[in-house]
Amino acid sequence: MMTRPKQIFRHLLYCGLLCLAVFGLTGAGDPATRFNEIGHQMMCICGCNQILLECNHVGCPDSDGMRNELMAALSRGDSDSLVEQAFVQKYGPTVLAAPTAKGFDRTAWIVPFVALALGFTIVIMVIRSWKNRPTPAIADGLRPVRGVELEQFRDQAQKDTDL
Amino acid sequence: MAQIGSYALLLALALSIYSFGVGLVALFFQGDPLWERLGETARRAGVVVFGFVVLAAIALVVSAFRDDFTIAYIFHHSNRDLPAPYKFATLWSGQEGSLVFWSLLLAGYGFVLRLRYKTDPRLFAYASVVLAAVQIFFLSLVNFAANPFGLLEGPLRPDGSGLNPLLQYPEMVIHPPMLYLGYVGFTVPFAFALGALIMKYPGEKWIHITRRWTMVTWGFLTCGIFLGAHWAYAVLGWGGYWGWDPVENASLMPWLVGTAFLHSVMMQEKRGMLKVWNMWLVFATFWLAILGTFLTRSGIISSVHAFAQSSIGSWFAWFLAISLAVFVFFFFKNKDHLRSEHKLESLISRESSFLFNNLLFVLLCFTVLWGTWFPKISELVQGNKVTVGGPFYNRVAIPVALLLLILTAVGPLLAWRKTSFESLKRNFMWPSIGAVAVMVFLMITPTNWGSPFGLRPWQDVSYFYSLMAIGLCALVTLTIASEYYRGGKVIAGHTGQGMFASMVQLTHRNTRRYGGYIVHFGVVVVIIGFAGSAFNQDKEAEKGLAYGDKMTIGSYELVCRSYTQDDNPNYSSEWAIMDVYQNGKLIDTVTPQRLFYKASQQASTKPSIRSTFKEDLYLVYEGQNEKGQPIIKAHLNPLVMWIWLGVWIILGGTVLALIPNAPAPVRVPRARLVEQVAAGD
Repeated sequence: MMTRPKQIFRHLLYCGLLCLAVFGLTGAGDPATRFNEIGHQMMCICGCNQILLECNHVGCPDSDGMRNELMAALSRGDSDSLVEQAFVQKYGPTVLAAPTAKGFDRTAWIVPFVALALGFTIVIMVIRSWKNRPTPAIADGLRPVRGVELEQFRDQAQKDTDL
Repeated sequence: MAQIGSYALLLALALSIYSFGVGLVALFFQGDPLWERLGETARRAGVVVFGFVVLAAIALVVSAFRDDFTIAYIFHHSNRDLPAPYKFATLWSGQEGSLVFWSLLLAGYGFVLRLRYKTDPRLFAYASVVLAAVQIFFLSLVNFAANPFGLLEGPLRPDGSGLNPLLQYPEMVIHPPMLYLGYVGFTVPFAFALGALIMKYPGEKWIHITRRWTMVTWGFLTCGIFLGAHWAYAVLGWGGYWGWDPVENASLMPWLVGTAFLHSVMMQEKRGMLKVWNMWLVFATFWLAILGTFLTRSGIISSVHAFAQSSIGSWFAWFLAISLAVFVFFFFKNKDHLRSEHKLESLISRESSFLFNNLLFVLLCFTVLWGTWFPKISELVQGNKVTVGGPFYNRVAIPVALLLLILTAVGPLLAWRKTSFESLKRNFMWPSIGAVAVMVFLMITPTNWGSPFGLRPWQDVSYFYSLMAIGLCALVTLTIASEYYRGGKVIAGHTGQGMFASMVQLTHRNTRRYGGYIVHFGVVVVIIGFAGSAFNQDKEAEKGLAYGDKMTIGSYELVCRSYTQDDNPNYSSEWAIMDVYQNGKLIDTVTPQRLFYKASQQASTKPSIRSTFKEDLYLVYEGQNEKGQPIIKAHLNPLVMWIWLGVWIILGGTVLALIPNAPAPVRVPRARLVEQVAAGD
């Protein structure tokens, strides 16, 4: 017989998996959504440095053609990666608005998160080392205040000094 | 005028060299009366530099107003029919002029600093020497590498090339000055920090002085960044306000590190900790401001902004290297002076929250720096450039920014040294319940209520981020409100005043703390505005609109009433007159335009923006079809107005934090009061 906390945990797990599945699948096959998604992952190549679907500067020689190509590829049923490959082949790798997750480009994605993990580790180590520093010696006859007693003093001080 | 300007710049350089050289030697021979007097002349020379740089700037502006096209800079950045405010803005609209402007602001900051030297003559003397060194660099640039008074080669032209059309917008008259006041201003905290490091300054007084300068500078930079964002939104016509262009990133990096410093400096003031870290943060802020300038003016990184290709990059590279070397040298020489006075007692404490806050700010800065440099790194490693645009920053920076938002909620409620779990529970229970309630409410409301209601996080990752951002914003707001409420309640209990009056008094008694809370609240409002971008919509009437043609976006129906053309000496324009209907009712008439500037032969759009708290209706005149009918692109951008409102709140909080505290009422013991009354006092 399953205990109640285990049941709750199992239900939560199912809900989580369901959410992930819905999250991952909803709208994935809709051509308009795909056009919007892929179009926002590419750059206009005219030199305006703007996302393809956001480029609308007057007289842009490239963005209209690129959008039409994208729409045509999606209408043909090309997969996302095939569309991206075709664009990269035609316009070069700078057409993608972000580095890919392949080869050296992968480092662009990894490094910030490695830095985050490293930073957290360093901060926690610093805090631990600071905590472990020896406290100044206390004069004879006095004992250090710790634990509950310290908390009581702290609360009293806060009450006395808080605005 | 060109000669007056050139000589003024040359004299300013000579005086800066004097101020630096003599000031430096005087610091070595402190106590010697002769060198004390010479040190005073160095300070005065620094003051006079300001006068000469002002003279040079005036000469350049007057040349623009007099249409003196013999000066190459005026020819390239002005024309006869340019409106007067833009002629004034010529001063900072090109490379050479902007460097004069930079020198002017630096000299202005130096002028104020040197006049206030009595606060602490020795520390100010060191800071003055550091400022003079930086001033020498910028004045050398405008004298030898990017002379704004250089004469135009070839025959005299009847008219100038004109100002870049994109810069002909009222905010461009104030955006660069604000941004530069921010960039240049970070030199002052750096000068104090380096001065304090060199002289092993005792105590934390330099931190008090530096903090106020940093707050002022930070306020200017914040204002400059958001003015730039608003300009991009209102002029560039792509419906967005931030494009992660290297020039934009260059302004964000010192802002992020400067913000980290403004937080961590409190640890040094209150607890004598993080002295080494603060020293590095001040230096990094200054260095990143210069690095950003180097990135955008050296041509190393491609940018759509001006100045991207020029020859002064190597000057900046050398300056960066020298300033780094000088700082590192003095840091290692005197780092023993920067020992922490206290230890950290608990992971759940204000100190820890500041450490993590600093980590996240610095990490965000690193991410922006990494993303900005990565195309170059990729080119060096694999031989081809890649683009690092919005999708990269959105994926990497948004999660970090959300963590930062959590700390914004948690940090101010943690006590210094240690916070008990009970206290944590007491302070956070209601704000957390409120935040969860807000998130649930946003998820269960119908989508037809409009943005940001009906947020279904499982439909799109951007909705998930928006929901998290708004939920955390609610948490921050509620914790700030609870802080105000608790403080107000205590004062109300003591004084018998009403709650609102008590809160006002509370704010006056500790302007820095409560000004900081207001800044946090402003940030919350800005982030709500950012969260709205997840619901952006756009639609294009690409075949053109004839009279009476309609297009629909969101709840708006747009009807083309007419389209026409206009002409003035500066530009010709085409525009559409569009009636805006909502629920069948006429609510506005808007006129998106396209302008063609005659002098520069360049076109520009002037979007029409109808702003409400709920959303912006943003119309762009993209051009004409073959029948001469306007092609209109409509964007619906939810919550954008919140961004601009939030910036005002941030600036208000910053100003409040700069106001000195009102003195706390003096409690006279009853017995003494009786004595005073008896004595007739």
